[in-house]
Amino acid sequence: MIELEGLTKRFGGKVAVDNLSFQVRPGVVTGFLGPNGAGKSTTMRMMLDLDNPTSGTVRIDGKHYRDLPEPLKYIGALLDAKAMHGGRSAYNNLLCLAQSNRIPTSRVDEVLDLVGLTPVARQKSKGFSLGMGQRLGIAAALLGDPEILMFDEPVNGLDPEGILWIRNLMKGLAAEGRTIFVSSHLMSEMALTAEHLIVIGQGKLLADLSMADFIQQNSRSYVRMRSPQQERLKDVLHEAGIDAIDVPATGTLEINGVAAEQLGELAAQHQIVLHELSPQRASLEEAFMRMTADSVEYHAHAPGAGELPPGAAADNPARPADVPAWGAGFDATHKGGK
Amino acid sequence: MSSFPAVLNSEWTKIRTVASTTWTLVAALVVTVGISAGLCTLFNSTFTEMPKEQQLTFDPTLASFVGMSLGQLAMIIFGVLVVGTEYSTGMIRTSLAAVPRRGELFLGKLTVATVLALVVGLATSFLSFFLGQAILGEHSTGIDEPGVLRAVFGAGLYMALIALFSMGVAAMLRSSVLAICILIPFFLLISNILNGVSATRKVAQYLPDQAGSRIMQVVPGAMDSGETPYGPWGGLGIMVLWVLASVLGGYLVLKKRDA
Repeated sequence: MIELEGLTKRFGGKVAVDNLSFQVRPGVVTGFLGPNGAGKSTTMRMMLDLDNPTSGTVRIDGKHYRDLPEPLKYIGALLDAKAMHGGRSAYNNLLCLAQSNRIPTSRVDEVLDLVGLTPVARQKSKGFSLGMGQRLGIAAALLGDPEILMFDEPVNGLDPEGILWIRNLMKGLAAEGRTIFVSSHLMSEMALTAEHLIVIGQGKLLADLSMADFIQQNSRSYVRMRSPQQERLKDVLHEAGIDAIDVPATGTLEINGVAAEQLGELAAQHQIVLHELSPQRASLEEAFMRMTADSVEYHAHAPGAGELPPGAAADNPARPADVPAWGAGFDATHKGGK
Repeated sequence: MSSFPAVLNSEWTKIRTVASTTWTLVAALVVTVGISAGLCTLFNSTFTEMPKEQQLTFDPTLASFVGMSLGQLAMIIFGVLVVGTEYSTGMIRTSLAAVPRRGELFLGKLTVATVLALVVGLATSFLSFFLGQAILGEHSTGIDEPGVLRAVFGAGLYMALIALFSMGVAAMLRSSVLAICILIPFFLLISNILNGVSATRKVAQYLPDQAGSRIMQVVPGAMDSGETPYGPWGGLGIMVLWVLASVLGGYLVLKKRDA
C-alpha cells in the first residue's frame, strides 16, 4: 500500500504537483493517467525519495521510502529507461544493484532471462536500443522480487511487440498478487491493463475511481438527432416516453438507450423530416481528453477546435450543458477553471 | 537498515566494472613514474651545471616526485568520474532508489574510491622514488634517511587526497565535464602561477596542492619552493581541511538537491 498525503512540489514559482492525496491499493494494477507535464514523473520521483516534496508525505506500508531496510525488496521502479551506466555491461549494472540490497547474485541471471536479455548480458548497455534499455530497467525493477512495482510510461517509444510484451508482463505480475502502479498519457493503454485509475492534470487530482466506473460513466452511447422541426420532434419523443437531451450549442437532441432504427421509424410515423440520425459512442480516449482538457499544459491550437483536442471536437462538439459526472474532485476543478 | 558492507560491495563492483577506472589509475601511475624518471635523468646529467645554491638544496626525494604534478591530473579525472558519471548517465536515480540514505551511498562510494586511489598512489610513490633514486646515482638518497619515508608515504597520501577532493567537487557540481573544466586548469596552471608570483604567494601557499605537496619535501626550500609557515604534516593538514570542506559540500548538495 502506497499512501500519498497532501503531496506538493514547487519548482520556483511553478506548482508541479498540487496537494495530491491518494492511495495505491495492493494487488491491483493502478493506472496513473495524465497529459504530458501533468506531474506524473515528479510524483513518482517523490514516491522514491528522489525529489524532496515541498510539503506532504508519501508512505509505503506506513514507512518513508528512505526508511525501508532494503528498498529493492519492497518496490521496484522503472523511471527512465537509461538510468544506467552505459559503460557497464547489463549484467554488471544489475550486479551492483543486487549487491547493495543483498540480493543473491543468481537473481541477476534470473531477471536477465525473464526480460530476454541473457544473450546481451555481457554487452555494454550504451549500445542498447530503447526497447532493450527498457527491458534492462524492468529487470532492475524486478531484481528484489518486490511486492510493489512502479513503471513510468513503460511503453513509450516501444514497437508493437515491445508494447505487447510489457502489457502481458504487467498482467502476469498483477496475477501474482503484486501491486502495480503504472503511469501513462494514453487512456487506451490503461483501459487494457489497469483496474483502477488515478487521473491528474497540472498536478491536481482529477479522478480516483475504478476502471469499471470510468467506463460506465464515460463510454456512453447515444443517438444524435437533428430536425428542422425540432420542437415537434421533442413533443413526439416526449409522448413516446423517450427522454431527449437538448444540446443548444449544436442544435441537436441526444437520446440515450433507444436504438436509432426505432427513433427513425417514430419520426417517419409522424412525418418529421430528419437532417441527422446518428448513433454516437464516446471513446474512453475522448472522455479522458475532455477530463483533462482544462489542464493540458501544451495545447496545439487548432483553429475552431476550441478547448477540445481536434479528435474530440470532430465527433463530439463541446457541450457545456452536458459535462458528464466525473469524480467530485473533477467537478470542482472544472468549475473552478471556468 | 541495509548494511554498509553491502553498499561497499556494490560500490566496488561499480568502480571495477567501468573502463575509466583502469585508464585513469594506470595513467596516474605511468605519467608520474615516467616523467619523474625522465627529469631525474636530466637532473643527474646536468647536476654540475646547476647553480651552486640549487646544488646545495637539491632534494633527491622531491626530485623523484616531480612527475606527480602531471600524474595528479589523472587522479583528479579518476575522482571526478567516479562521482560525475552517476549524474551524466542518470545512474544516480537508480543508485539512490537502491540505497536511499544518501549519506550511506556517498560514504560508501568515497571510501571505496579513496582506498583504491591510496593503493595506486602508494604504488606510484614507492615506484617513482626507487626508480628516481636509481637514476640519480651519486646524488640519490635512501629510504632510511631522515624524513624520506614520510615523504614517500606522504606522496601516496597526497594522491589519494587529491582524488577525494575531486570527488567532493564533482558531487557539488553534479557534472563530470564542469568539474574537470574547473579542476584541471586550476591544478595545472592557476595554483602554480599564483604560488610562483610573490604578490599572491602568501595566500596561494594555502591552496590544497601547494600545502599538501610540502609532505614530499625533505630539504626545506628545495627547488626554489621557498619557505612555508607550515611543516610537512601541517601542510598535509591544510590539504585535509580542504578535502573535508569539499566532501562536506558534496554531501550537502547530494542530501538537499533533487536527484
